[in-house]
Amino acid sequence: MLEYDFMRTAFMAGGVAAVVAGAVGFFLVLRNLTFAGHALSHVGFAGATGSVLIGVAALWGLLAFTVAAAIAMGFLGDRLRNRDVAVGIVLSLALGLGVLFLYLYTTSAGAATAILFGNLLGVDRATLWSLFGLSAATVLALAVISRPLLFATLEPELAEAKGVSLRLVSVLFLIVVAVAVAETAQVVGILLVFALMVGPAAASQRLTSRLWPGLALAIVLAVSETWGGIALAYLTDCPTTFWIVLLSCLVYFASFVKLAPARARARFAG
Amino acid sequence: MDALAARCARSRARPLAEYAIELDRATLARGRRIILEEVHAAIRPGEFIGVFGPNGSGKTTLLRAILGLLPPVAGEIRLFGASPRQSARFAGYLPQQRAGVADLPLRCWDFVASAWQGEHWGLPLVGRRGRRHVQQALELVEAETLANRRLSQLSGGELQRLLLAQALLGEPKLLLLDEPLISLDPRFQGSVIALIKRVQLAKGIAVLFTAHDLNPLLGVMDRVMYLGHGHAAIGTVEEVVTDAVLSRLYDTSIEVLRVKDRILVVAGHGPVETEAHRHDA
Repeated sequence: MLEYDFMRTAFMAGGVAAVVAGAVGFFLVLRNLTFAGHALSHVGFAGATGSVLIGVAALWGLLAFTVAAAIAMGFLGDRLRNRDVAVGIVLSLALGLGVLFLYLYTTSAGAATAILFGNLLGVDRATLWSLFGLSAATVLALAVISRPLLFATLEPELAEAKGVSLRLVSVLFLIVVAVAVAETAQVVGILLVFALMVGPAAASQRLTSRLWPGLALAIVLAVSETWGGIALAYLTDCPTTFWIVLLSCLVYFASFVKLAPARARARFAG
Repeated sequence: MDALAARCARSRARPLAEYAIELDRATLARGRRIILEEVHAAIRPGEFIGVFGPNGSGKTTLLRAILGLLPPVAGEIRLFGASPRQSARFAGYLPQQRAGVADLPLRCWDFVASAWQGEHWGLPLVGRRGRRHVQQALELVEAETLANRRLSQLSGGELQRLLLAQALLGEPKLLLLDEPLISLDPRFQGSVIALIKRVQLAKGIAVLFTAHDLNPLLGVMDRVMYLGHGHAAIGTVEEVVTDAVLSRLYDTSIEVLRVKDRILVVAGHGPVETEAHRHDA
């Protein structure tokens, strides 16, 4: 299957996006912010459809909207807690705007499906290079903030006492999440970002409680689910997104199976 | 002389200050509400101070102010002779809010290690020196066997020891412990207090220990600090825990009863501390 140019592009684009999704997702799950990832992707829908409307690649509109929303979320911070209704209504507005933009952009119905559910096999060279650049920037940014981010995630009050600015770390991390969401949406689409960012990280944190192996496992799972999905799509002709999401789901639930005997042992020992 | 200065810089030790904490008529406020007014106290290095008072009397506010997270609106706070922010690295802190810790999907070692110079940018690599410090902190609180366990598998007492290990990381000269006895059953309370006392004596650390009941701490405290009605009273148990001082502080008639080895603080309508045992939500 690698003799086709579009397949090679799909494997490369999916691979780099999955590395970012796995790594960023690990911290997202650790911080209990999975809903933020979901919310950012929904806001991105308006950006993606809007940029298609004005003739720019969907990735850039998506990126602009998710980053802007991330900054707003970071600065509102605790004030967003218990504001589920307000957040939900803003998200609905974003989706509504997206629908309007799609209505105005009447030339292609496929655009909506591609944005919502991903179109990995249709990734072009320009998008691939953009993904490479964005991934490098995201991984670098995550590497720079990961130490205070981990400290602030595990022990916010102690971290604050030691001089970590919780607000700054939170805003920077949400920006990283926003870029990661935009990248992941290129693989599985806006609606299913959750599956690739949260699924592998959550499974990894069930399988190991060690920091570095956990982070590595989240990345390995995200990449294997993506590549496995592409291969299965090639073999079966079903959409890649379906296979990726199915694999993510299977791996997540399989992670529960492994834990059961360990817990039983612990109970005996205790 | 230069060599000495270099050694001082390496061990991150500030030239010995006379006091660990100085509160110079410090007034603390949250928003516009004054929590504590003109608190005047000087705490020497190595002193063990019990801080008591009902909920809302300002115990946590006081600790946050000492850490430099809440600058006083009037007066001054000095930590080892400098501003709290400059001296924050000499302070270990055990915050009161720790409900979420047990839900973290990590093992104990990684949890404690995250506090090792966690304020620096970069990757959370601990390094050889960091690993040694984490190991020593775990040994100090007798938690080295917990290192590979998941946080979710710990009992309340074990979790408390782990948080203490984290507070002790980086060899602090001052420990600020916010209600370390809350949600521990009496059996564990005794062992946590004994542990903290042992560490305090071994390392010569000043300790500020907030609690609701002074009885478990009677044998280990050098002095007590009582907070109430926006004011603070500091001194030995004999000086402060008296009818006169506490009645003045709480602005109501208070009787101090000594029953065997226990001290009961009774207000006109019953023991003051029973009410205080309810936790903040």
